[in-house]
Amino acid sequence: MSLKGKACIAGVYEHPTRKAADKSVFQLHAEVAKGALEDAGLSIQDVDGYFCAGDAPGLGPINMVDYLGLKVRHVDSTETGGSSYLIHVSHAAQAIAAGKCKVALITLAGRPRADGMATGTAPRVWGATPDVPFEFPFGPVTVNLYAMAAMRHMHEFGTTSEQLAWIRVAASHHAQHNPNAVAREVVTVEDVVESPLIADPLHRLDCCVISDGGGAIVVTRPEIAKSLKRPVVEVLGAGEAPKGQNGGKINLTYTAAAWSGPRAFEEAGVTPADIRYVSIYDSFTITVLLALEDLGFCAKGEGGRFVAEGNLISGVGKLPFNTDGGGLCNNHPANRGGLTKVVEAVRQLRGEAHPAVQVKNCDLALAHGTGGSLGTRHCSATLILGRGA
Amino acid sequence: MSAKERKIPAPAVYPETQAFWDAAVHGKLLVKRCAACGEHHHYPRSICPFCASERTEWREASGSGTIYSYSVMRRAEVPYVIAYVTLDEGVTMMTNIVDCDPDAVRIGQRVKVTFVPSDGGPPVPMFAPA
Repeated sequence: MSLKGKACIAGVYEHPTRKAADKSVFQLHAEVAKGALEDAGLSIQDVDGYFCAGDAPGLGPINMVDYLGLKVRHVDSTETGGSSYLIHVSHAAQAIAAGKCKVALITLAGRPRADGMATGTAPRVWGATPDVPFEFPFGPVTVNLYAMAAMRHMHEFGTTSEQLAWIRVAASHHAQHNPNAVAREVVTVEDVVESPLIADPLHRLDCCVISDGGGAIVVTRPEIAKSLKRPVVEVLGAGEAPKGQNGGKINLTYTAAAWSGPRAFEEAGVTPADIRYVSIYDSFTITVLLALEDLGFCAKGEGGRFVAEGNLISGVGKLPFNTDGGGLCNNHPANRGGLTKVVEAVRQLRGEAHPAVQVKNCDLALAHGTGGSLGTRHCSATLILGRGA
Repeated sequence: MSAKERKIPAPAVYPETQAFWDAAVHGKLLVKRCAACGEHHHYPRSICPFCASERTEWREASGSGTIYSYSVMRRAEVPYVIAYVTLDEGVTMMTNIVDCDPDAVRIGQRVKVTFVPSDGGPPVPMFAPA
């Protein structure tokens, strides 16, 4: 069964806050749920499927369905870190196609900034996993794991810090137009490579922002989406793939996007050359570079040259990306950037991105997430979305 | 920089990996090899991740390897070098590079295992330039 034509995104919402000191995580979930349903022109009574991931408190759907006052007949709490929400869109489309629900609500919220969390540099463990004793003693944190992927890419392909910096430069060119973005100032390659080294070869400006807030997505049946007042965005294809250490035969030069991407393209029946806009998860600059190669937008090892030609800048290059400023400049709510990737792709397909960054005739978009850590274990998720008739 | 100045969290020891840590106390680095498919793997498991055989056996590794990738963690109380080292047996393991100038560490560099005390647990395998 193909997902193509089975479901549409009817509503999206990105919380405008970036520091939510006066709100709880569950309150933020409620606010984004309300925002996305209002965007769609639907109500809380219409929702019969609910999706959330590890940022939702407690036992996910059990606590949140009760708190939000939902009456649902389908729940899904697939947890793959920051890529969870792209997978939720795919799973919601599958559930809708199978008749398990008609209106699926996906929410994400968190407040790491208000809580003073050192997201990238503090040691964290996710429970008593089998890998922890063989890794945690050595000080793995988010940033130095991604840094090892960057270091290896530089070694094998000659990628430079200046090339990686172009990814931040492009994001900053877009963020200047987003009044809600955490970092709105336009930066240069020099600004990036002269910012302090956090974990070689990644500098401070190679890292995404830490922000509070969240977002929500409403997925529904095509006939319901077409009955509403908003432009229709169709789910055309989806792919998901985890990648680990392969029993110790480690290769950090590619990501699971090499598997999730082709699955999504095949289902949608399109190729990378057809895509007009991409939202690419940008926890770090290297996260984008590897995904661009693995999704087929350039050859393996060519990512550095591709981005340094300015290709990611809207109105300048051939593959405008993250026109909201992405995680690097705009927002990385709850340390999970996957949901906002879908939101900006929907804005582009609706023609509702900021006029300065709106891609002309944007009829086909790709949103891609990378959850977990590139340096150890991660899960890639790719969605291909199209402007409906 | 010295690994001795950094507090090394003690690894949790499970029945499945008890032998690895017992050997570490004696300065020996063990890797798992599957008698059914012949593949080495790391981190160690009782069931082979390549062929699902239960015939996995502990082997003493030579302790020599090559740096696959690394990063100097600058934003830490005591900066340190995290790395992946590919053992001569063919598996790659996360570790730290110690007893060296962090700025002189390079991919492809030959290194040798050295066991460093942890905070209340067995010593953990780190690597120093060979």
